[in-house]
Amino acid sequence: MKISNLIRLAMLALQRNKLRALLTMLGIIIGVASVITMMSIGEGSKQSINESLSSMGSNMITIMPYSNEPGGARMMGSNMKSLTILDVQELKKKAPNIAKISPLASSSGQAISGASNWPTSIQGVNPEYLEIRKLSVKEGIMFTEDNVKSSAKVCLLGQTVVDNLFPNGQDPIGKIIRFGKIPFQVIGVLTPKGQSNFGQDQDDIIIAPYTTVQKRVLSSIYFGSIYASAIREDASDAAVDEVTTVLRETHRLRTGEENDFQVRTQAELMTMLNSTSSMMTALLTAVASISLVIGGIGIMNIMYVSVTERTREIGLRMSIGARGIDVLLQFLIEAIMISITGGVIGVLLGISASIIIPSMLNWPTVISEFSIVISFLVCAVTGIFFGYYPALKASRLDPIEALRYE
Amino acid sequence: MSNNKILEIQNVKREFTMGTEIVRALKGVSFDVNAGEFVTIMGSSGSGKTTLLNMLGCLDKPTDGIYMLDNVNVKELSRDELAKLRNTKIGFVFQAYNLLPRTSALENVELPLLYNPTIGSKERRERAIAALEAVKLGERLDHTPNQLSGGQQQRVAIARALVNEPVMILADEATGNLDTRTSYEIMSLMQELNGQGKTIVFVTHEPDIAAFSTRTVMLRDGKVQKDLINDSRKSAKEALASLPATDDY
Repeated sequence: MKISNLIRLAMLALQRNKLRALLTMLGIIIGVASVITMMSIGEGSKQSINESLSSMGSNMITIMPYSNEPGGARMMGSNMKSLTILDVQELKKKAPNIAKISPLASSSGQAISGASNWPTSIQGVNPEYLEIRKLSVKEGIMFTEDNVKSSAKVCLLGQTVVDNLFPNGQDPIGKIIRFGKIPFQVIGVLTPKGQSNFGQDQDDIIIAPYTTVQKRVLSSIYFGSIYASAIREDASDAAVDEVTTVLRETHRLRTGEENDFQVRTQAELMTMLNSTSSMMTALLTAVASISLVIGGIGIMNIMYVSVTERTREIGLRMSIGARGIDVLLQFLIEAIMISITGGVIGVLLGISASIIIPSMLNWPTVISEFSIVISFLVCAVTGIFFGYYPALKASRLDPIEALRYE
Repeated sequence: MSNNKILEIQNVKREFTMGTEIVRALKGVSFDVNAGEFVTIMGSSGSGKTTLLNMLGCLDKPTDGIYMLDNVNVKELSRDELAKLRNTKIGFVFQAYNLLPRTSALENVELPLLYNPTIGSKERRERAIAALEAVKLGERLDHTPNQLSGGQQQRVAIARALVNEPVMILADEATGNLDTRTSYEIMSLMQELNGQGKTIVFVTHEPDIAAFSTRTVMLRDGKVQKDLINDSRKSAKEALASLPATDDY
């Protein structure tokens, strides 16, 4: 029998048992839809991580103290006192792959303005910090290198801090606020960046010259970290090597001695976060695939029922000239039609779910063509695999017995 | 004149193995059927009638002996070749009609042609319509089996048997499910087709049905008991006319 006739035949057979066909498809529909949705959620979170990381500066390099063991007790990296302004100066001089560099001395505390107060953190940096972190000034001005030298008590506020300290919409520029006990004059407001991917409010900061923060707030000569940017994204690795060499030299570390600092690039962070999200996606997809397999078993079950139910029809077809292969194809195509129709509906459902989810749950989703192609192929294969045995059983029936089957 | 012989059966034997026991359903049957004959095969149950019918219909092969259908030795054919032979040379009519449910009369009749790749969809349709017209159902092409009476369903089945222009129509108790009047109608149709030159082999156990044929082969215990030419052939049309006009009461 011609394939076109077989397809028409399968369609007729399915039309006769619409509800049954639909219920059989349901397993496939749910399986495909969930695979696509899971993969689009995974892809979406991966992309939004990448976006937010590169919005922080994709060629950013972070240098932090690393806990060694003074006196045997390990200490937290941030408590370590290893990074000083000398390191920054040396790096500026000796690391050609580094474009910008800024120390960071930060402290948390209460910011107060008039009757309002707000718990936040102050970050002591130099003017290059803005460019490294891809920050910009919305109103007012950034402090200058001179302000840094003179430890000027000036600061810029993030939008969240502005909203909480000046709830009535006053212009913060020129106002005096206090951070702890230290008064600062507000000279600018930062452009809002919104929430980071890790749920952190990136606008909940005050930035001020690092000298001021070190002397007035922290009373320390050490930095919690140093931020730098490589001249190009692909120069990151070279920059990391330079930083390591220079810092080992300035810290007078002997060969074989452990680094008392660590250097991280944004690319590393990206890989790390992506691998976590890939793992989650793989896990969710695996769970979703199980329902696809269960859907396939449903098809197999129904096809067996269908073959038994239509034994006489098979006998008749054989007695008027259907060969084994004709019967086999008839049932196989029916199974494939079920799975592919289910697949199409599942794909549509998965796409709609991926479109609805961002507005309902606020999760980013990105529909990948790959997931559609893959789940569709899996569907077709499922149909063939689970439809084959019932079809084979049908094709091997003895026409004499099939005709007399009650 | 071997060309005139549609069927040649020589000493055909068929044995079944049931566990350790061998059941010999046919113990050496021989007869020929010539083109244009209307043969009834009769016998009580257990006479090997059904086994012979399966053999004649190429659904089964003899254990021993020779069965030539239209000069083809059936014993040498594979499963697929047998299917092709059934498709082109034999038209089956069953006791239970065996029409596909929820499928129109036209599509039921088209069915054998669907398995013949040399016939296109247009020719298929034309031939199916012609076959239905030949059984006087030209008005009911789109009716499904449950919209047709038993006699009409059997006529659709006969149309289906005719549509591939077989060398032989093989009927298995084709009137077994029908009342007397309708059986006579079917037999009258069969006689008409026979009159047009169709070879018909009709398996039955009803002697009054056999009376409409030109020849009767009686089977008993797996052997041919009698093979008689029917000289006093009855006309089904006349028998129909002689029945009480209506069954109204």
